[in-house]
Amino acid sequence: MTTAALKISDLNVSYQQEGRWFDALRGVSLQIAPGQTYGLVGESGSGKSTLALSVIRFLSENGRVRSGKIELAGRDVMSLTDAELREFWRKCVKLVPQNPLPSLNPSLRIGRQLREAIYPPLNAAGANLKVLELLESVGMADPKRIARAYPHQLSGGMQQRVVIAMALASEPDLLILDEPTTNLDVTTEATILDLIRDLIKDRNTAVLYVSHSLGVVAQICDRVAVLYGGELVEDADVLKLYRKPLHPYTQGLLDSVPRIGQDKTKLQLRPIPGQIPGAELPSGCIFAPRCPLAIEICRSERPKLELPWAGRRVRCHRWQEIADNQADPRQPLKFVTASEVPNAEVETVLKLSEVKKRFAVQRSLSQVLRQEAAKQVRAVDGIDLSIGRGKTLGLVGESGSGKSTLARCIVGLVPRSEGDISLLDIPLARTLSARDKTVLRSLQMVLQSPDEALNPYLRVDQTLRRPLQRLAGLKRQELDQAVVNLLKAVKLSPSYAERLPGQLSGGEKQRVSIARAFASQPDLLLFDESVSALDVSVQAAIVNLLSELQQEHQSSYLFISHDLSVVSYLADEIAVMYLGVITEIGKTQDVLKPPYHPYTEALLSAIPLIDPEAAQEHIRLVGEVPSPVNLPTGCRFHTRCPRFLGKICGTTEPPWQEDESGKRINCHIPLSELKTLQKQAFNFDHEEV
Amino acid sequence: MAKFILRRLGFLLLTLLLTSVIIFLITQLLPGDVARIILGREASEVALQNLRRELGLDRPLLLQYLTWLGNFLSGNWGISFSTGQAIRPFVLERLGNSLMLAELTLLIAVPLSIALGVLGALNEEKLLDNIISVVSLAVVGLPEFVTGLVLIQIFSFRLNVLPASSSIRPGTGFFEALPMLILPAITATLVLLAYIARMTRASVIEELKKPYVRTASLKGLLPRQVIWGHVLRNALLPTITVVAISFGWLISGLIVVENVFNYPGIGRLLTFAIDRRDLPLLQAITLVAVLGFALANLAADLLYAYLNPRIRFD
Repeated sequence: MTTAALKISDLNVSYQQEGRWFDALRGVSLQIAPGQTYGLVGESGSGKSTLALSVIRFLSENGRVRSGKIELAGRDVMSLTDAELREFWRKCVKLVPQNPLPSLNPSLRIGRQLREAIYPPLNAAGANLKVLELLESVGMADPKRIARAYPHQLSGGMQQRVVIAMALASEPDLLILDEPTTNLDVTTEATILDLIRDLIKDRNTAVLYVSHSLGVVAQICDRVAVLYGGELVEDADVLKLYRKPLHPYTQGLLDSVPRIGQDKTKLQLRPIPGQIPGAELPSGCIFAPRCPLAIEICRSERPKLELPWAGRRVRCHRWQEIADNQADPRQPLKFVTASEVPNAEVETVLKLSEVKKRFAVQRSLSQVLRQEAAKQVRAVDGIDLSIGRGKTLGLVGESGSGKSTLARCIVGLVPRSEGDISLLDIPLARTLSARDKTVLRSLQMVLQSPDEALNPYLRVDQTLRRPLQRLAGLKRQELDQAVVNLLKAVKLSPSYAERLPGQLSGGEKQRVSIARAFASQPDLLLFDESVSALDVSVQAAIVNLLSELQQEHQSSYLFISHDLSVVSYLADEIAVMYLGVITEIGKTQDVLKPPYHPYTEALLSAIPLIDPEAAQEHIRLVGEVPSPVNLPTGCRFHTRCPRFLGKICGTTEPPWQEDESGKRINCHIPLSELKTLQKQAFNFDHEEV
Repeated sequence: MAKFILRRLGFLLLTLLLTSVIIFLITQLLPGDVARIILGREASEVALQNLRRELGLDRPLLLQYLTWLGNFLSGNWGISFSTGQAIRPFVLERLGNSLMLAELTLLIAVPLSIALGVLGALNEEKLLDNIISVVSLAVVGLPEFVTGLVLIQIFSFRLNVLPASSSIRPGTGFFEALPMLILPAITATLVLLAYIARMTRASVIEELKKPYVRTASLKGLLPRQVIWGHVLRNALLPTITVVAISFGWLISGLIVVENVFNYPGIGRLLTFAIDRRDLPLLQAITLVAVLGFALANLAADLLYAYLNPRIRFD
């Protein structure tokens, strides 16, 4: 491997904050061969982005490479002069960042921005041709139009394609992809991953793929390195790593993600306890405080990066025992002792019938003058559903499906246009202000971002006291005890009462948000992407917590998420939404079995499974979600449907079909036919224990 | 875009109409009887009554307003109480002078302050940035009559290169007037400089943090290509608005500067009209000033929209 495209040796990088230096990377070495796709996984704070930025010498002002060597195509990156560095950026290395829109200049046309990136330079006519060629190579149907467009006129997926095209405008030695699909819908993510896979297949470019998602890395990389707290803890070929991780942290990461088909009534998820190390590092192995296998030596002596065998590295004192199956690196398994209530007796907590929400599109002056009626966005267009006591309904769909608007209609943050919503048989007023206190008490919501949902100037106890006093009606002297109880319920120590949100980690903040929502002992809780922003090891703990709290309080959940794996773990029932309507609804285990609605099938097929060997059907949706101003006629999904039947789909609204399990599908294709077409069910069975 | 322009024009008309009402009412509410101001303290009650009838002051307020507005729009701006001459040619001539001064001031102030702002931003918190900040803030802290007098002292009396008085005669052309415009223009520039420069500095610093700047740098562009080709396009958008507001101020707000240099612009005419309680003149000047402000803002909005595709292609 002397011909490595990228060679990093013993890299140490630190950041200066408030006059102190913090290590972001410690002694990281790795090599990427030409044509190799190298995945770099780790949770936030692991140093993976710092590594990527060091390689392109683009660390922020307060960051310094303290020691180590970075070589790309035989050149020492650290010793480049300014002029050489520009040349290096121009030719040798390209970066595809996480957020495409802010990475593009808002006031320049796409064509101009692409032209600048072309290397070797061409004359004007040649460059224009090359721009079209590049846009075509990233799957743009109408490159001429795209070249003339401004970034904001494109969808997120198209913007990311443009950024990828830009990275390929020279023939770089190294392509760095930094979470390129993280903010995209799962269906768009799948098509972008297909594109990336295609593009790098026939190029001899080395690829560094930075991601927090084990699924994406499993699907796209040849080799994977796992970073933890700024150290490389393990690295191996992708198959070997996923089959037999040697480091307990790798094992922990793999275990904390719920697999499709895993069931909350049987097994808990296995989070990694504790938190990533802060500024003060433990004296021994930095993972020891969270490790199920930590023994004396782990706490006193820092493990070296060892080479168990060719092509594999691990930083663990006990790797040999793990390799020989003498020590189990997995977090202990916890079975759930669920007391299943027979379905017939379940009381209905939430009931929606024909709920609609329309937004008027602002009319232009000429439309007002011509007295044209305002166009309407039918964001939610006739939703019926119900949730029983102690049950969870999972709501999934792409962005633009109307799932968040529906949630806001239910809590009353936006007034619904039509339809009835009742909570425990009490009809709910359309707006929050028209609802009385009992309703507010029994209906609570947990938002996506705990950073924004908590008032940064209120201590945790102040945040919790409010609902306890106002909604739960507790007396002053009872409050202190109630705050302590709430904190205990979300597994935070009572000392957290004194803290401000700024002193909490992301997971802890979300626990406080959950505690706040549970303060009034609500009958129904809405979770809108409440665990999506968390790192997987923390996410697993929060998901377990939600499951336990539900068992204990018999509260009902409406759980909205784009992440089908998490939804399928938590939900008893799943409703799939597309363009304001439900396309499929049924019990979770039934929704995950064929026959599926073609949309559900596409969603399932788009999930990046955490198994490099998974045989997954490749069903991809073409195009974007149509605008809800001009809804497609007939079946709303027909414009993108991979199983499009014919004319009927475009003209007639599809009927509801019910299978023997009670699952309902809104589609023209007969269930029996769908079942034959979709015989190749996803293999979601996987051994647990 | 056409929709956007139409909407802006609609707003402009509405603004003007509203201000015309306000101007009319305020001048009506001012203490003192117009007829008595004109005829003096000794006038008889009969003469006053006659004049009021002649001026239409005895009619209902709404009718008075509509007549006034109608006359104004048809070009009949009335007769000045104090000079007895028609107001329109008088005001228009002064407006022309003010425009000349405003143009020269912007010609000096805008490039200079943008350059200082960009320089400051590129050297954020470094020596050059600090020097620019301190000097421009110190200058803006001085009142115009101080800077004006200092400039006269240096350039007119010591060096004897520029005239101390800028009282140009009616009908003087721009180039003929140029030597007399320079000192007042510099004085006005010094007022604007810190304002525009700080605005530019802040927005360039803001833009430099955005990820697209990294994208541009990673294409291997030279720093000046990144600044000129990518950053300034976006960073100067807020500056346009500031410049437009400054233009409005230059037309009607240069009262002190025009008085120091004895320059016959709108600002000095305004002090004159207030001194003499010349209501028709005052009304005409204020309406013209408001119109100038409104047009400058409209121009800024349109330019802003034109340069910002996120508005242009909405």
